[in-house]
Amino acid sequence: MALPRPHAIRFVGVGILLFFTAFFFVPIIWLFLAPTKTDGQLLTESPFAFGSLSTLGHTFHRIVTYDGDSLLIWLKNSAIYSFGGTALAVLAAIPAGYGLALTQFIGRRALLSITLVVMIMPATALVLPLFLEINKLGLYGTIWSLILPFGFFPFGVYLAYIYFSSTIPKDLLAAARIDGANEWGVFRHIAVPLARPIIGLVAFFAFAASWNNFFLPFVMTYDNSQYPIQIGLQQLIGSTASFNPANYSAGSSIVVLHRPDLAMAVIIAIAPVLLVFLFAQRTLVAGMLAGATKE
Amino acid sequence: MVGSSRTAGYCFVALYVALLLLLGIAPVIYAIYLALSNSGGPSASFVDAFNDYRFVPAFEHILEFMALWLVSQTFLVVALVLMLHNLAQRIGAVFRFLFYIPGALAGAASVVVWLFMLDPTASPFGFILHWLGYAQFDNTVAPGNLPAIFAIMAFWTGAGGWIVVMYGALNNIPHELIEAAQIDGSNAFQTALRIKLPLIRKWVVYMLVLSFAGGTQLFVEPTVLGSAALGVGISKYWSPNQLAWFVASEYDNFNEAAAISLVLLVLGLMVAAVLVWRGRLFEVE
Repeated sequence: MALPRPHAIRFVGVGILLFFTAFFFVPIIWLFLAPTKTDGQLLTESPFAFGSLSTLGHTFHRIVTYDGDSLLIWLKNSAIYSFGGTALAVLAAIPAGYGLALTQFIGRRALLSITLVVMIMPATALVLPLFLEINKLGLYGTIWSLILPFGFFPFGVYLAYIYFSSTIPKDLLAAARIDGANEWGVFRHIAVPLARPIIGLVAFFAFAASWNNFFLPFVMTYDNSQYPIQIGLQQLIGSTASFNPANYSAGSSIVVLHRPDLAMAVIIAIAPVLLVFLFAQRTLVAGMLAGATKE
Repeated sequence: MVGSSRTAGYCFVALYVALLLLLGIAPVIYAIYLALSNSGGPSASFVDAFNDYRFVPAFEHILEFMALWLVSQTFLVVALVLMLHNLAQRIGAVFRFLFYIPGALAGAASVVVWLFMLDPTASPFGFILHWLGYAQFDNTVAPGNLPAIFAIMAFWTGAGGWIVVMYGALNNIPHELIEAAQIDGSNAFQTALRIKLPLIRKWVVYMLVLSFAGGTQLFVEPTVLGSAALGVGISKYWSPNQLAWFVASEYDNFNEAAAISLVLLVLGLMVAAVLVWRGRLFEVE
């Protein structure tokens, strides 16, 4: 039986939780309501007021058609870099995790330790050395300058390693080998079919990491036709009147964006990752725990 | 049999090892080579970096940022997760979800969201900014406020994930242990402090160490904030990583850039190595 707590403490506790709920969630609500309003309405109306669907339509149209179809180009680039990187990450990580968990070879423990160190080390620490190397190799400005680094995903290898070591009994593999299956056959016909959940998890984490990455494309791309959406967002800030008024003298021919347009661009930019966050929350949390709490 | 298994093992890890060598090890070796192959001698790049008038301020900036961020994050994440663990399971799940969602906005998107939040004319938190005496966006993003602003941004995107992880760790505490404490007359506050906190202590240390390593790398936040020209107070070399990129891109000084990035790399590497070999947090059998 829990002892009844003093009401005062409970009251303070509820207050603190509500304060942090506002802190974490109000920015999200504001962001999703902003494109339904005009810039003027943003200043005069309640932050939580809904503008109108027709304003939302105009905002959407304005940002999608801004500067030719820049936004669509950035989204296409993001998709190429992220899907390319994710495919490579899965192709490398799933067999590697399997090999580390269920086969024996010289250097296996060393490889596992190096993987852990690189996984824990902030990925950004490698960006400048990577830029210097990619530059030297002559890959600067190509899609490989992003796809290859995105495909190198030690966290995925670790997740796959944990999964294979804890879900596939070694006896099962031994039985298959006695039945005459070779190593590749064992992997292909026993491990891969059982590995669907972990393939999805590794793919999502690799995709989210690539899609949200800013620093790497910031140094590796130099032209509007190459930018992914994260760099595009930064470009849009430069065209947003309230953040860069000096850029726009009266009568300038440059198309000026306003706060609701920028908010719409952010929503479009985060949509793919946010959707997975919303619909696969349970799986993702399980994955985070597997990656973090395995002891 | 063992022989074939060994060969197979090499085949399974081959692609990953190739990527590791090409994109994990080789860039570091090349950066070391670049830093050492300065015409002024092997240490010249590092001397250049340390004597760069922008070097010390950049590290001071991130130290100030990290002091604010690490202290507040440690205290608040622990407090919030202990409070959530006292709520009914379903209500706690709703809060955890709401706190976790900003994690989807990592990168430039979260900085843009906070540009809006820091603009007193449009922000839903405008009343707080006005109360603090900030009437315009450029008042809020004054240079002295930047470490605190970046700390708020980092806390907003990262705290939810840590709360989820630590909540998971708290759920592993045997129910009997908590019940026993309650029977002994411990109230919820005492249980949280004396039983639950010690059991998640290593997670707090883990969070602190990882955040420290990540914090030294600060780049996106000052770079994107700097794109808002009203934030005139922010330079292109506010953080060490920005400085490294600045000397590489503006002066083509790859030697000094390599030296600065190696300093940051060693910081991150030390932290990671200590966690892996001393922390016993990860399963290496």
